[in-house]
Amino acid sequence: MEAKLTFPKKPYRTHGGVHVPHRKNTANIQSIYMPAPKSVTISMSQHIGAPCKPVVKVGDTVAVGQIIGDSDAYVSAPIHSSISGVVKKIDKITAANGAKVDAVTIESDGEMRMYEGIKPPVVNNLSDLLKAARDCGLVGLGGAGFPTHVKLNIPTDKNVDTLIINLAECEPYITADHREVIENSWNIMSGIYTLKDILDLKRVIIGIEDNKPDAIKVLKTIADNEVDKYDEVRVLPLKASYPYGAEKVLIKACTNRVVPMGKLPADAGCLVMNVASIAFLSYYLKSGVPLVKRRVTVDGDAIAEPKNVIVPVGTSVKDIIEFCGGYKEEPKKIIMGGPMMGSAVSDDSLFIAKQNNAILAFTEKQAKLQEPTACIHCGKCVDACPMTLVPPSICKAVNAKDVESMLKSGIMNCMECGCCAYSCPAHRHLVNTIRLGKQIINNEKKRQMPLKEGK
Amino acid sequence: MENKLYVSSSPHLRSSSSTTKIMLDVIIALVPASIASVVFFGWRALMLIGVCVASCVLCEYISRKVMKRDTTIGDLSAVVTGLLLALNLPPSLNPLIAIFGSIVAIVVVKQMFGGLGMNFVNPALAARIVLLVSFPNAMMTWTDAFASDFDAVASATPLAAQSGTYSYVELLLGAHGGSLGETCAIALVLGGVYLVVRKVISPIIPCVYILSAGVMALIVGQDPLYQILSGGLLLGAIFMATDYVTSPITKWGKVIYAVGCGVLTILLRTYSNMPEGASFSILLMNILVPLIEMATTPKPFGFIKQTKGDKK
Repeated sequence: MEAKLTFPKKPYRTHGGVHVPHRKNTANIQSIYMPAPKSVTISMSQHIGAPCKPVVKVGDTVAVGQIIGDSDAYVSAPIHSSISGVVKKIDKITAANGAKVDAVTIESDGEMRMYEGIKPPVVNNLSDLLKAARDCGLVGLGGAGFPTHVKLNIPTDKNVDTLIINLAECEPYITADHREVIENSWNIMSGIYTLKDILDLKRVIIGIEDNKPDAIKVLKTIADNEVDKYDEVRVLPLKASYPYGAEKVLIKACTNRVVPMGKLPADAGCLVMNVASIAFLSYYLKSGVPLVKRRVTVDGDAIAEPKNVIVPVGTSVKDIIEFCGGYKEEPKKIIMGGPMMGSAVSDDSLFIAKQNNAILAFTEKQAKLQEPTACIHCGKCVDACPMTLVPPSICKAVNAKDVESMLKSGIMNCMECGCCAYSCPAHRHLVNTIRLGKQIINNEKKRQMPLKEGK
Repeated sequence: MENKLYVSSSPHLRSSSSTTKIMLDVIIALVPASIASVVFFGWRALMLIGVCVASCVLCEYISRKVMKRDTTIGDLSAVVTGLLLALNLPPSLNPLIAIFGSIVAIVVVKQMFGGLGMNFVNPALAARIVLLVSFPNAMMTWTDAFASDFDAVASATPLAAQSGTYSYVELLLGAHGGSLGETCAIALVLGGVYLVVRKVISPIIPCVYILSAGVMALIVGQDPLYQILSGGLLLGAIFMATDYVTSPITKWGKVIYAVGCGVLTILLRTYSNMPEGASFSILLMNILVPLIEMATTPKPFGFIKQTKGDKK
């Protein structure tokens, strides 16, 4: 890539997308720290990759920032205690996605005592940075939960020259990243410069939806400051459209590069970081305090006082909602994450994980979805799909349980963003059907595996 | 927590669009053409529209009941079919024949294939063609606009007449013989613009249809504007060819389909012994839709063409 990197004046064209209502009700409300709850239950699986094994026993006294779970696997991130107190129980819990995972329950002693071992890491080169990124337990805070140290360890044969900061926050309601910018902008910038220097990146593009004019202004002020001597960091406002926050869509919009199917952003020369992740990394390098708390947007028409709260990881949804004034009306649906891609949970006793950015509670009015009717072949889903798929033909293949046709129609390319189902006038459960199809394919693979080994 | 929560797959937010709203938009878009037909052809037009709509809705209701399926008249698709059928009929037609047409459209073409979304040809068009073949005389008896006596006055439609018999202004206003809804070009275009503005249809099919028909007319030596403004071309291009169920879902599929419709319409008009070609051409292209879609399925975002070297 000898050609000089340029900054786009306006975003490049992307396919599809839908205009979802913004409902960013909490954008102008200062985030509030939630005091330590009576107890936290910290899941050992808060990231993509191998779950951690608890390294504490029942009865142990732990402090804030102490490692309580770790794994030898490469794709994993250690888990730290978010409060100080005594380990009460180590048990299986049901995660938001329905999986059973190990979890450590800690009863608070109310002191929030810091672990003695906490000290800022010394980072001089890439291996120091990777070690620091792993030690702090950082995962992608935008919702995916991909361990950051894995993401930053770019294979040497990939020529990554561009860092994209994902600030699209295209899901309705969620304002956690928006508040991060307003309340923590200098950490974001220092994180960007640290990464840029250590990874030797030539260009940083902050992709931000234009429904956050105050955040754009703040970032532009800093990016135009004298710290950016060579003018290598720029803010790119995107016209608000869902799903700009999807990695592949954001890369296309910011650089006009296309990530090949089944490949990673590094294959397109890009590194994409969520804004909260980069702000945290910078905070950790200064303070040495690992990832034990996070900002969560609490909203929805059943919540009495919608706002952003900074909560210890492992706090129960119930405690957080109570801290936000409780329920205003009887909730009929509780969602961990945004309304487009979040998971609806069966009760409010679940616990906040590192990558949860929102809790939404809906009343009957918002919770109820209309019954699906016949597909009228209108093609609105085809127009809306950012991956240029044809959802009805995928669904036809799924309903026929035809694995070959499913794969041929590109089912694995679907990122389940929900644009098709959102735009469907017949209210068909397209994403649900596609998920089912992926499950069928996975089962099929598992079934065929022993056969192949036997040969 | 005592109360039960809804647990469903994401997305938990849906747009406010619905099948009923889309059908209502189509009905609204057909209002100008319907009003024009009543102005030109009087109470007979109004009666035919009423008969077709009522019989279509009734057929839909009864056939769903007989097949023990849930009632779907609420989605208004039967109203649209009835309205479109009526607008494709000559004003002097016996209402009993119109009822027969409704039965063919709803019972045979639509419900017997599984109802809305499953029919492979446009129900109103198929019914019109069945009537045309079954009752050629009644279906080809045209009445002049503002005629006082329906039985006595028979006129030629602009298509049957020599090219240039009617001026472009006359064709735009539509005060001449023809099917109920096809005569007034202004009313049809008005409806089409409404549908595009409301994002019910994409402008691809009507525009490409009209354009390719114009080009084809030039090639075979006809007056393109006269061809476009007369006969059922505009009604077909705007309301029949754009039927969701029977038109391609993909962008390039829409283009190919519309070109096929346009070219076939002019070829049939010029070389077959039928004066009208829009219905047959759309019906033919309807049947080709699955093949067109198969050929034009877009490659997923990020798809890389495998070169020979990559294959192992």
